[in-house]
Amino acid sequence: MGSHVIYEWIYVGAVVSLLIWVGAEAWYGEKLLHEVPKDHITIKVTGQQWFWTFEHPDGKREVGTLHLQAGKVYKFEITGKDVIHAFNIPHFAIMIDAVPGRVNTIWVKIPEDAVGEYLIQCREYCGLLHYNMRANLIVEA
Amino acid sequence: MVIEIAKPRPLWQILFSTHHTDVALLYLITSIVFFMLGGALALTIRTELLTPGTTMIGDADLFNRIFTVHGTTMLFLWILPFISGVGNYLIPILVKYKDMAYPRLNAVAYWMAVPGAALIWLGWSDTSWMAYPPYSTMRAAGPAADMWIFGLKILGLSSILGAINFIVTILKCKHPDLPMMKTSLLVWAILVTSMMTLAALPTFTAALIMLYTDRLGVSGFFDPARGGDPIAYQHLFWFTFHPEVYIFLLPAVGMAYELIPKFSRKPIFSYGSGVIAFLVLSIIGFASWAHHMLATGLTFTEKTVFMVGTLAAVPMSAMHVFNWMATMWGGRIKFAAPMKFVIGGIMLFFTSGAGGVVNTTLPLDFITHDTYWVVGHFHMMLMGTVSFIFMGFLYYMFPLITGRMYSERLANVHFWFAFIGTAVVFTAMHIVGLYGMPRRIWDYVPDPTIIALNQIASIGAYLIGIGMIAFLIVLIRDSIKGKPADMRDPFGIGEIYYDYRRREPHH
Repeated sequence: MGSHVIYEWIYVGAVVSLLIWVGAEAWYGEKLLHEVPKDHITIKVTGQQWFWTFEHPDGKREVGTLHLQAGKVYKFEITGKDVIHAFNIPHFAIMIDAVPGRVNTIWVKIPEDAVGEYLIQCREYCGLLHYNMRANLIVEA
Repeated sequence: MVIEIAKPRPLWQILFSTHHTDVALLYLITSIVFFMLGGALALTIRTELLTPGTTMIGDADLFNRIFTVHGTTMLFLWILPFISGVGNYLIPILVKYKDMAYPRLNAVAYWMAVPGAALIWLGWSDTSWMAYPPYSTMRAAGPAADMWIFGLKILGLSSILGAINFIVTILKCKHPDLPMMKTSLLVWAILVTSMMTLAALPTFTAALIMLYTDRLGVSGFFDPARGGDPIAYQHLFWFTFHPEVYIFLLPAVGMAYELIPKFSRKPIFSYGSGVIAFLVLSIIGFASWAHHMLATGLTFTEKTVFMVGTLAAVPMSAMHVFNWMATMWGGRIKFAAPMKFVIGGIMLFFTSGAGGVVNTTLPLDFITHDTYWVVGHFHMMLMGTVSFIFMGFLYYMFPLITGRMYSERLANVHFWFAFIGTAVVFTAMHIVGLYGMPRRIWDYVPDPTIIALNQIASIGAYLIGIGMIAFLIVLIRDSIKGKPADMRDPFGIGEIYYDYRRREPHH
C-alpha cells in the first residue's frame, strides 16, 4: 500500500493546481467587474415589503417599473427600507442584497440590442409576498 | 438485543436508561421519525411548485412556515441526532469502553432534544432556518419565531453536551492498548466534529440571545435605526453554520471509511491521509463562512479572502474521495445495501463538490446565489451524500440493533428510487436556478421552461418518496420479523462485525 500513496499526492497536486487556476480567473473577472466605468448614470433603488422604488438622477421616481436606455452604463445604489431584500435582474446577471442601513452598488452596461422588457425580482427571503416582489425593467432605444 | 421483539423489554426501561445503546436507539428512532416528517414537508413543497399559482397550499404564509420547519427539521432533528445515535452506539464499542464517559449527561443531552423539537414543531415559524434579521426581529410573527429561537437554543446546548461527552470518551476512556492511530476513522470523524461543535456553536448561541433581545425591543444589535447592523448577524450565524456543514459531512465521511474497506474486502488505501484530511479540514472549515454572504456587499478584499478560504477546503474532500476509490480499486466488492448507498453518495458528492466551486467563484456567485441552484447544491450534499451514507450505515447497523436481517430486495428498491429521484430532483433544481428562479418562493413566473423544470423536479421528489416508503417498510417489518441475522458475519464479508455481546448489562 504505502508506496502507492505517492499517487494520492500527485492527484492532490492536480486538484490544487486546478483550484488555483479557477481562483485566479475568478479574482481577475471580479476585479474587472469592480471598476465602474466613468460615464455611468446612477439609479437609486429601494426595496421594501414588497415593492421596488427607483429614483433617476433628475429626481424622477418610479415604482414597480424602471425605464432604462439601451447602450448606456448604469450604476445602481441599492438599499432596503425594512428587511433585507436582494435586487436581481436575472437577464443581466445583476444581483446584490438590499440591506437596511447600507448602500450596496452594482453596475451594468445595457447592450445596444437589448431593447425589450425584463424581469426584476427579489432574491432574498423577505416575508409573505416575497414570491411576488417583482418589477418591470423596460429598456428603450 | 436492544429491541429484540421476541424478548421485549418494557418501554420505560429504554426511555429512562442511560446505557449508550439505549440512548443511541432513542436518538436513531427520533432522527428517523423527523426524517420522514421533514420529507413529507418536502413533498408538500414540491407539490405546491408543480404548477404556477396555487396548487396545494392556499397561501404563501403557510408555505413559508413549511420550508422553515422543513429546513430546521432536516438539519437539527434528522442529521444531528442521527450522528449522535451512531456515535453513541459505536464509539464505546470502537474505543473498547463499557459506556460513554458520562452516561447520565448523555441521557440529559438526548432529553433536551425533545423539548427543542417540540418548540420547533409547535411554533411553526416563518423566519426560514437562517432567521435573518431584521425580518426575524421586526416582522416575523410571534410566538412562532420566539419558540424557534428557544428550540434552537436548547438543541444547541444538547449538541454541546453531546460533543463534550464524545471528546472525553474518545480521549480519556479509550482502551490503553488501543493507540489513537489504530482506531477506526469513524472515531476520528466523531472526535473532529465534536471539537468543531465546541468551537463553532457558541457564536450562534450568542447570536440567538441577541436575536431574542432584539425581538423584545430591549436591544438593537441588528437594527440599523438603533446603531446595529443586520449583516453582523449573518457573520455570527455563518461562523457557526459553515463549520456546521462539515459537522454534518465528516461523520458521513467516517461512516464511509467504516464501510468501504469491509465491503471491498481490502484494507483502507491510506489511513494517514484520511486523518490528515479530517484534521486540516477541521481548521480550514472555519476560514470560509462569509462565502454565504458574497452578495451582501462585502469589499473586494473580503470576497477574495473567503473565496480562497473556500477553495482551500476542497482538496481535503478530494483526498477522501481518492482514498475511497483507491480502496475499492481491485477489491472484491460486495454490493449489499450499505455499499450501494455509499457508492451512490460518493457519485452525488462529485456534483455537489463541483457546484460548490462554482458557487464560490466570485463573478458566478451572483448568478447562483439565493436561486434554486443553491437549493440543488446543498441538497445534493445533505441528501445525496450525507443522508445516503447515513441510510447505508443504518442498514449496516440493522443486524446489530435488531438481531435480524433486513430484506435486501426491498433495500434495493429503496436505493434505486432514492438514487434516481435524488439525481433528478436536484439536477433540475440546479438548472432552474440558472434560469433565475429565486429560492423560498410560493409561486414562480409562468415561463414554460421554469414550469417544465419544476415538474421534473417534483417527479424526482416523488420517486424519493416511493423509496422512503420502501425504507419504512424495511425498518418496521424486518425489525419485527426479519430473518435472524448471523451475528458473527451478517453480510458474508468475513467475521469483522461489531461485537454485539458487549451490550449487556443495561443500567
